[in-house]
Amino acid sequence: MSVDATPDRAVRPTGTEEVQVELRAKANEIKARYPVGRERSALLPMLHLVQSADGYVSPEGIAFCAAELGLTKAEVGAVATFYTMYKRRPVGEYLVSVCTNTMCGVLGGQKAYEVLSEYLGVGHDQTTPDGQITLEHAECLAACDYAPVLTVNYEFYDQVDSGQALELVKQLQNGERPQPTRGARLCSFKEISLQLAGFHADKDPGIADGPAGEPTLAGNRLAERTGVSVPNFDPNTPIPPVAPKATTPPPAAPKPAVDRKPAGDTPAGANDPREGDKK
Amino acid sequence: MTEELLTPVLTKRWLSPDAWKLSTYERLDGYTALRKAFAAHPDELIALIKESGLRGRGGAGFPTGLKWGFIPQGDGRPHYLVVNADEGEPGTCKDLPYMMADPHGLIEGIVIAAYAIRANHAFIYVRGEAVHAYRRLQSAVREAYARGYLGRNILGSGFDCELTVHAGAGAYICGEETALLESLEGYRGQPRLKPPFPATHGLYEAPTVVNNVETLASVPYIVLGGADWWKSMGTEKSPGPKIYSISGHVKNPGQYECPLGITLRQLLELSGGVRDGHQLKFWTPGGSSTPYFTAEHLDVPLDFEGAAAAGSMLGTTAVMVFDETICIVGATLRFIEFYAHESCGKCTPCREGNYWMVQVLRRLENGEGTEEDLATLLDICDNIFGRSFCALGDGATSSVVSSIKYFRDEYIAHVREGRCPLGNVPVHATAGAH
Repeated sequence: MSVDATPDRAVRPTGTEEVQVELRAKANEIKARYPVGRERSALLPMLHLVQSADGYVSPEGIAFCAAELGLTKAEVGAVATFYTMYKRRPVGEYLVSVCTNTMCGVLGGQKAYEVLSEYLGVGHDQTTPDGQITLEHAECLAACDYAPVLTVNYEFYDQVDSGQALELVKQLQNGERPQPTRGARLCSFKEISLQLAGFHADKDPGIADGPAGEPTLAGNRLAERTGVSVPNFDPNTPIPPVAPKATTPPPAAPKPAVDRKPAGDTPAGANDPREGDKK
Repeated sequence: MTEELLTPVLTKRWLSPDAWKLSTYERLDGYTALRKAFAAHPDELIALIKESGLRGRGGAGFPTGLKWGFIPQGDGRPHYLVVNADEGEPGTCKDLPYMMADPHGLIEGIVIAAYAIRANHAFIYVRGEAVHAYRRLQSAVREAYARGYLGRNILGSGFDCELTVHAGAGAYICGEETALLESLEGYRGQPRLKPPFPATHGLYEAPTVVNNVETLASVPYIVLGGADWWKSMGTEKSPGPKIYSISGHVKNPGQYECPLGITLRQLLELSGGVRDGHQLKFWTPGGSSTPYFTAEHLDVPLDFEGAAAAGSMLGTTAVMVFDETICIVGATLRFIEFYAHESCGKCTPCREGNYWMVQVLRRLENGEGTEEDLATLLDICDNIFGRSFCALGDGATSSVVSSIKYFRDEYIAHVREGRCPLGNVPVHATAGAH
């Protein structure tokens, strides 16, 4: 059974002026990451942004993106429905994604998915009645050497069998936030959506940290143990000269300091010739 | 000793504590290749990469230097460098650990490549689900800006390079370079017809190089060590080290950086062999889009030429190992469910073909198929292969065709016994899911 945490007629946060002011400021920051005139590139991060307010891509969220980028709601909706991570119904506090692709599936992921589905009483892309947990089976999560894996709000829990998966979900239900295997800390679905829009604070200790697991280091450990290294590496090996082609300009001369901006502020290329919009 | 086959080059910093931090990277000679590159003319760098024989690590193996050389110079248009970090091919798991362990290595490779092709803005398109790698890249990019490795007039060279880290939103197809560009422009991730190629009409219709993470991560080492040193590893046409990702029924799955041309027999020795009491049944050399190999292919050299000559492809060197307990029909069905889910829907052969292959494979797995279904599957594959804009459909046919080639008897046994001969009970997690 699927339950919408938000009644249909309620005004979603993105529909309120107060939230919109905050979102608009962030939307401007997102747009500034792309070349002038190419702001449509901001659409994907902006859809993550509206999910951070509403917990899914709501009609208000689509209207917000459309207004910010000068697109129609249909154009935004066409993009939002293409991508798996944009959710059409409110997601619970925790999105539990179990990899059931071939490798994880045969190593225990399929069993884990079934156990969780039965325990929670929900199927794929459905949320528990209390609005806490949304379950989904995921396609390959690019962690086959850690199989079977699952993620909670996209944080990895590696080598998790069905028993451990069940224990993990029970901890979530008890209000605990178990430590993800690769570091960082578990947060809510809305909070991770904000991070996916590109907003996380470096000062938040450990958010980008976390050690590598043994499978990642397996080859290195073996090389270290056996003293293997690659011979004859000389970092001062000269780069052979090539006669520049007649048509090739020399390396760019330093740009005038007048258009210097703080590093990382906006994209370069204010001096780049721009072409008309593509479509 | 098999261990001597290890070539820790791209992975050599991974064991260092806090390997992903700038302070660690600088201590371990980080950004020295960038200084060296700035002392050379961009054309010299393109020539160096050509001479090294570096081939794209995203699966296709296209010569990297040649790709860089396709960018028209002096054309007065902006150029872009786009990094394909949308790792998601089943079995493939090398770029995420790389970016987690050594994000500055990627950034250094990006700046060198951008300088070589005269691009002043680069983008890393990271798979959305890989949020931890995304955060780590963002932090590394901030560090690099603060220390002058990115931004205006980098290290006093006069060269400007902005770098934007961009998170995707869950679509395997965006690993296809033109779909990636569509997605990065804010559209549905559907492939473009080629030609024109990205080299002349890429991001924002401007000349663009799209390179895989591991490809760009290789660049600083070639700049430092030179083409001859790089070619001292690997084979003549596939030189250099490569990160092989071994998963499945082996004792020690994980990442093993070895010279191109290593064999599965050697990789199994490195990774402890197939789990005790079991035997190798089938394996992929490079992800779910590469035709299966079997125990008869243990000594096939895993470079671009060797894998192709033996009837498969090197792909992303994602070596998935399955033992005799795994039903070939079930495994193949699960892959095809993936392709059916991930087909973008643009081209009819891929969209419809994968849908129908799922139906046929399901009834075969359930013991409700017929022997004629095998001909039907092969016929569908004929109608998918080579008939779509991109290679997603082609990749889907790999597991179907090769599984029937090597395990026809097992398919037939499903039909004759009316159930899986291995006793596997079919389950379909994807029922109703789209």
